[in-house]
Amino acid sequence: MKAFLRDLRILWRGDASGDRVVPPSGYTVRLTIFSAAAMGFLAVMALALALSAGRLADDWGGALARSATLRIDGPLDTMQERTEAALRVLEQTPGVASAQALTEEEQRALLEPWFGPDLQLESLPIPQLIEIEKTPEGFDAEGLRLRLEGEVPGAMLDDHESWRKPFLAAARALRWLGWGAMVLIGATMAAIVTLAASVSLAANAQVISVLRLIGARDDYIARAFIRRFTFRTLTGAAVGTGLGLIASALLPDAPMSFLTGIGFANLDWLVPFAIPPLAALVAFAATRRAAFRTLRGLS
Amino acid sequence: MLVIALDNVAYSYGGGELLAGVTLELAPGSFHFLTGPSGAGKTTLLKMCFGELVPTSGRVELFGQRLPGMTRDALAGARRRIGLVPQDARFLDHLTVAENISLPLTVAGQDMRAQKANLDELLAWVGLTHRAKATPPELSGGERQRAALARAVILSPDVILADEPTGNVDWEMSQRLLRLLVELNRMGKSVLVASHDLALIRAAKTQTQVRVLRISNRRLQFAGADL
Ligand SMILES: Nc1ncnc2c1ncn2[C@@H]1O[C@H](COP(=O)(O)OP(=O)(O)OP(=O)(O)O)[C@@H](O)[C@H]1O
Ligand SMILES: [Mg+2]
Repeated sequence: MKAFLRDLRILWRGDASGDRVVPPSGYTVRLTIFSAAAMGFLAVMALALALSAGRLADDWGGALARSATLRIDGPLDTMQERTEAALRVLEQTPGVASAQALTEEEQRALLEPWFGPDLQLESLPIPQLIEIEKTPEGFDAEGLRLRLEGEVPGAMLDDHESWRKPFLAAARALRWLGWGAMVLIGATMAAIVTLAASVSLAANAQVISVLRLIGARDDYIARAFIRRFTFRTLTGAAVGTGLGLIASALLPDAPMSFLTGIGFANLDWLVPFAIPPLAALVAFAATRRAAFRTLRGLS
Repeated sequence: MLVIALDNVAYSYGGGELLAGVTLELAPGSFHFLTGPSGAGKTTLLKMCFGELVPTSGRVELFGQRLPGMTRDALAGARRRIGLVPQDARFLDHLTVAENISLPLTVAGQDMRAQKANLDELLAWVGLTHRAKATPPELSGGERQRAALARAVILSPDVILADEPTGNVDWEMSQRLLRLLVELNRMGKSVLVASHDLALIRAAKTQTQVRVLRISNRRLQFAGADL
């Protein structure tokens, strides 16, 4: 671990002369840069998925879980009375932070997408809705339901549980999928860099033997390769991440409020900037491992 | 302390034994020639002195450290104290001759600018000043050997092992390279030169005290006074 950190420090400081001992080779460079770019792009997508799914899960698990709706049905002339009765019950129920009957305007706004703006609410037997905010502890839904049954005819309590749960489970699964994809992308990047570095080390066996002849230590030789692959990967990943960010900025916003669009919100935009340095770190570790293994093999 | 010691060493490439019962002690400031017919095992012996080959039996010590027990880093460190001129010197073909010659400095982490005068002087010594910017594949056989010698001595090593360093150069240049080796030897460095070149050995004898070793019948012996 100590040697790992020391090499990382030396890498940071740079050493122009050390870089030149390995000949600039053609296709491993291009392949590494291309793969790093592709992986960077995919990582942005996977990250967008993971973060959006996370937001979704928070929504379903948070705000919605703290609210419930009470619906009151009945003939028009009983509505007022029943609503008042329900509000009284709710006031006395522990775990209810607030209860608010929707005004006529609010009810109209809810129906507008279906019936248009000119709806005459008074003439329709539509139910009255009461919005309930729970305290963090929440209330005993079963108990409340029983009490309402007795005191307020036509009251229907919907605490969102039944339809919230599957959405929450789906959002959580999606989030795991996103993070799982991130891990796979990182592992693939490590595998690609290991292969490329191994090819490059094998192709430069002659160079390595000359360096050995003049007393170069393994860590000196290894560093020349490590530096190369780390910077190539950093470059490629930066390009890929940039393209990925542009692409995700261009993604259309989802129109419905309950489906936050796939993409980054607010400070989430900063998270993808960690991808290029992380990719470089993966490349550093992979090349280092490949180099020392190869060098131990070449006696 | 001996710089390089071989004690009762034998070597075989897999077939019969090429060398057997070889004992060699290089003291600081000594000057040895190593002769013997082609295929006798001169190069093999030098490679054992350099830790490139490990003897099939017997022991090798570099600067007092036993070779098979040395760590890889310790071996690299020992090699920096040994200037090797291989029979078929290889270089980094993508670097210039000057860069190749100063490569040991780079590898040892020394400041190149501080050594610039040293490099220029060395290039002049081996007559490669005008080829400094060339790349190794553009050099002639003799130029390669001279570049290899310059590369071997730039770190001012304690020992110089040279395998046929004058094999491809004319008489005048070989005299010049010999003077360089003698000069380094006078500064206290041990020198071991494998060579067929009897005229060179005779010339060396007039300049300094040299001992001549010969491999014959798998053994290492001191050559007679006839050389
Ligand atoms: N890697 C190897 N594998 C098998 N045999 C080898 C190997 N290297 C050298 N030999 C054999 O070992 C013998 C000694 O080789 P070596 O190079 O030490 O001879 P030399 O004395 O340096 O000869 P020359 O004067 O021609 O340079 C030769 O017969 C050679 O063919
Ligand atoms: Mg030889």
